[in-house]
Amino acid sequence: MSFDQFLQYISSGITSGSIYALTALGFTLIYNSTDIINFAQGEFVMLGGLVAISMHEWGAPLPLAFLVAVALVGIVGVIFEQLAIRPLLSAGVLAQIIVTIGASLAIRTVAMLIWGRESLPLPPFSGDSPIVILGASILPQTLWVLGLTLVIVVALQLFYRRTLTGKAVRACSVNPTAARLMGISYSRVVLLSFGLSAAISAAGGVMITPVSFMSYSAGALIGLKGFAACILGGLGNPVGAVAGGLILGILEALTVGFLPFSGSSGYKDGVAFLILLVILFARPQGLFGRRTVEKV
Amino acid sequence: MGIVAYARKHAAFLAFSAVAMCAPLFIGNKYYLSILAFTATRLMVALGLNLLMGQAGQVSLGHAAFVAIGAYGSAVMTTRWSVNPWLAMLVAALLAAGVAAILGVPTLKLRGHYLAMATLGFGEIVFILLVQLKGLTLGTDGISGIPSLTIGSLDFGRPRAYHWLAWGVALLMLRMSLNLVDSRVGRSLRALDRAEIAALSLGVNTSFRKVQVFVVSAVFASVAGSFYVHYIHYISPDSFSVTFSVVLVTTVVLGGLGNVWGAVWGSIFMLFLPEYLKRFNQDYTNLVFGLMLIVVMIFLPGGLVGLRHVPARLRRRFTPPDALPAEDT
Amino acid sequence: MRNRYVALLVLALASLLVLAVTGCGGGTTTTTAAAEGPTTTASGDTGTTTAPASTESTAVAPTGDPIVIGAVLSATGPGSPLGEPERATLKMMETELNNAGGVLGRPVKIVIEDDQTNPKEAVTAVTKLLQQDKAIAVLGSSTSPSTLAIKPITEQAGIPLIALAAANKITEPPIDWTWRAPPRDALAVQKALEYISGVMKLKKIGLLHDENAYGASGAAEIEKRIGDFGLEVVAKESYKTEDTDLTAQLTKIKAANPEVIVVWGTNPGPAVAAKNMKQLGMTQPYVGSHGIANKKFIDLAGAAAEGVIFPAGRLLVPSSFTDPAQKSVVDTFVAAYKEATGQMPPTFAGHAFGGLTLLVNAITKAGSTDAAAVQKALNETRGVATPDGIYNYTTTDHDGLTVDDLTVVKIQNGTWVLAE
Repeated sequence: MSFDQFLQYISSGITSGSIYALTALGFTLIYNSTDIINFAQGEFVMLGGLVAISMHEWGAPLPLAFLVAVALVGIVGVIFEQLAIRPLLSAGVLAQIIVTIGASLAIRTVAMLIWGRESLPLPPFSGDSPIVILGASILPQTLWVLGLTLVIVVALQLFYRRTLTGKAVRACSVNPTAARLMGISYSRVVLLSFGLSAAISAAGGVMITPVSFMSYSAGALIGLKGFAACILGGLGNPVGAVAGGLILGILEALTVGFLPFSGSSGYKDGVAFLILLVILFARPQGLFGRRTVEKV
Repeated sequence: MGIVAYARKHAAFLAFSAVAMCAPLFIGNKYYLSILAFTATRLMVALGLNLLMGQAGQVSLGHAAFVAIGAYGSAVMTTRWSVNPWLAMLVAALLAAGVAAILGVPTLKLRGHYLAMATLGFGEIVFILLVQLKGLTLGTDGISGIPSLTIGSLDFGRPRAYHWLAWGVALLMLRMSLNLVDSRVGRSLRALDRAEIAALSLGVNTSFRKVQVFVVSAVFASVAGSFYVHYIHYISPDSFSVTFSVVLVTTVVLGGLGNVWGAVWGSIFMLFLPEYLKRFNQDYTNLVFGLMLIVVMIFLPGGLVGLRHVPARLRRRFTPPDALPAEDT
Repeated sequence: MRNRYVALLVLALASLLVLAVTGCGGGTTTTTAAAEGPTTTASGDTGTTTAPASTESTAVAPTGDPIVIGAVLSATGPGSPLGEPERATLKMMETELNNAGGVLGRPVKIVIEDDQTNPKEAVTAVTKLLQQDKAIAVLGSSTSPSTLAIKPITEQAGIPLIALAAANKITEPPIDWTWRAPPRDALAVQKALEYISGVMKLKKIGLLHDENAYGASGAAEIEKRIGDFGLEVVAKESYKTEDTDLTAQLTKIKAANPEVIVVWGTNPGPAVAAKNMKQLGMTQPYVGSHGIANKKFIDLAGAAAEGVIFPAGRLLVPSSFTDPAQKSVVDTFVAAYKEATGQMPPTFAGHAFGGLTLLVNAITKAGSTDAAAVQKALNETRGVATPDGIYNYTTTDHDGLTVDDLTVVKIQNGTWVLAE
């Protein structure tokens, strides 16, 4: 394999990995404040893309379509929290997980009824003539996704460390009871997490649509991969989530490139889930995890 | 225990068994028989998953994979290597048990829902292997021409004979589950769900118990897969995606967690509801399932079998909040 | 506290349902057919309501017990883009047949069951059709796994099954009671390979295929047949239908220096591949499958769709019909379908039209609905024209079509033209 090719695989991996990273960030936000694994996360990504497509069809310029999609899906996240999560905040994780599974089924079906079954396109933000870096070509759109991911990670770090609300969120993730005793409104923190998480995933969805199109069923696979990325990076760690997403994308691309036999791409998705299992068995706190994992 | 006492103690089980086993005598229509046949295999899976979720408080998001091990195990061994179907079923079930143990031992030692994550990943890997290992599974073409189950000249390919066999096994599993819940093991399992630390300090080996129940649920699922495939005679990977795992979880949740009968009502409900919805527009089926999952979890944590407690719950809801005891979720 | 949430929840669920039921008006056009009407039976209204309609023609109103024909279609689930137009076609033809005097002077009743693109549901559905509705023949299913699941049942019952799916295995023995309407995958593969070796004069193929049943069986067929055409597969990679990026697969293929890229799959994968090839600066010709014989591919791939070549039924380029009898059948069908649905018939509508035409033709020729007589008549089908081709069934050939019933189409200026 030539160096050019190697770089091309890395570039492919970054393209897929950046959307895993954004989805993983969404998981992280919710997990951090509630310990819930939100199985509807991929549906937020899907909704973001589809809403933007409709806005653009109605003549909205791309930036406006982007903002509307992010805001709308953020609201969906808030409504979801109010309706389904709020009544179960003290009901145990199993019930909460099941509710998110139910929501994912419902959201997906409603999206199918609204937008139909076929994939829909969205034009790229800044043209689709590829940029060639050291012999590897990358789409401008991928740079947009990467840029957005970086901005969000930095913004989140600032938010968590510098703002009072952010500190409150962190306090809740460490010890909800103690946080509540200190006068932090736990329920408001949870609400905020769901809204933010849905908005971030939606932003990712809008960004990725020009590269890969969007359909009602696309959220499931993205959600699963984002989840695997989360575990890889360590549940609850935003930087780990992003790193996990990119590493996962690159590993998948390299699986295609390095496995010596023809047709190795069939095992590409297997890699993600194999890594997930290995990490769970060998290092359940993830590559970059800090949270302690309690043994029974 | 005398017969009368036994009958009184197990009245519900005996009545249900009688209804299930006598049904084919009154149903001539093969269409209804086929729905009942699928209900039996669904019940087998649901019972195992119900034990896992209700008794051990753990969820498997890859149970379709265990059904697939049974189904593909039986299909591959009988069509390609001419193994006796009963032996194939046994070997597949052992394989499922082994895999469950390998998955369960490391993850169930940890607090939290690592089993859910591991089974999710495992389910995806099994699905990919079903598609990719063409030499063994014939890939997406699927395997056709799978023989019926037979004992000597007795052919269980006939709808009635199959009904009695499949429901016989399902009822046996139901009896086993009911016994398990009543036993010391069952009590220690429920202790796990409620107060792990307390159970631990009382000397219950919590993670061993959890692994045990997970293995049982995998075996139930595998046997169900084997029965399914000997009835439908054709199999392809499509049937075993993560969606099916979610449908299985839905079955158990709707029926009712923490009560073995929940699996029964869930299975019946989940197979007849789509038949009913078909008359309107099937596109709504998943919407209805999704909303029901949410609504049941919030308002009816006991599922369909919990409906009988609703009057009491309502009464409590209208008493002043400070008079309420802690919610028993 | 709790009561507020209860109220909120009820309100939201109600509004969600209202939203769903009203078809959601959200700037779309694609779901209209799905939102209307039940997917199941024709509810037995045909026997009575068709009589007045006969005033418009000279046909005598059909009388007697209806002839019940069953259909198992994938009207919902992933296969619905196939099943939906098929359902619309069968409904339309049921009315037409009855207006024209029915079959054998009796009204026709087509009972349509939805299998949700799920083999298990297909088994339940076909059992219902045979047991409850007493169908004398069955059409379907739209997708291959469902068809393979129902085939043993109709074979065992001795009831004719006209398959509407393409997997090669469907018409491999036993086929005493199974025939097929659409061209099987192997024909499309043969057409594509013939074109690559005969017209393009290229040799080295880079193969990229979907991992679903359609893509995988197409790829297997290609590998089986390349020898016959002196071709060579230098690289073979696959993807999942929902994969967001295929540049990794294409980079590996590119490294093997193929002269032509063959992509076998259904939307959106092939469109992603077309765009990714441009991104990687791959200039090799792109040969697709009949899975992209739809406007959607052009919508998705945009400029990258230009120059893409693929085998397809002649219905895609109606000017390609040369046989006059076939041309008139197709013109009538296209006009009727347009009137009924307001759209051009997709290929799948043609399959359903063909399947029912072949069956009705056989029943008429047999002069009875007796299974054995219909079986014999189907095996003696000669020169019956449908949009998919001109059929000649024999006791051993239950496909009835030849490779000449397909054509090769090229995308030019956002529309289809005949290649060459």
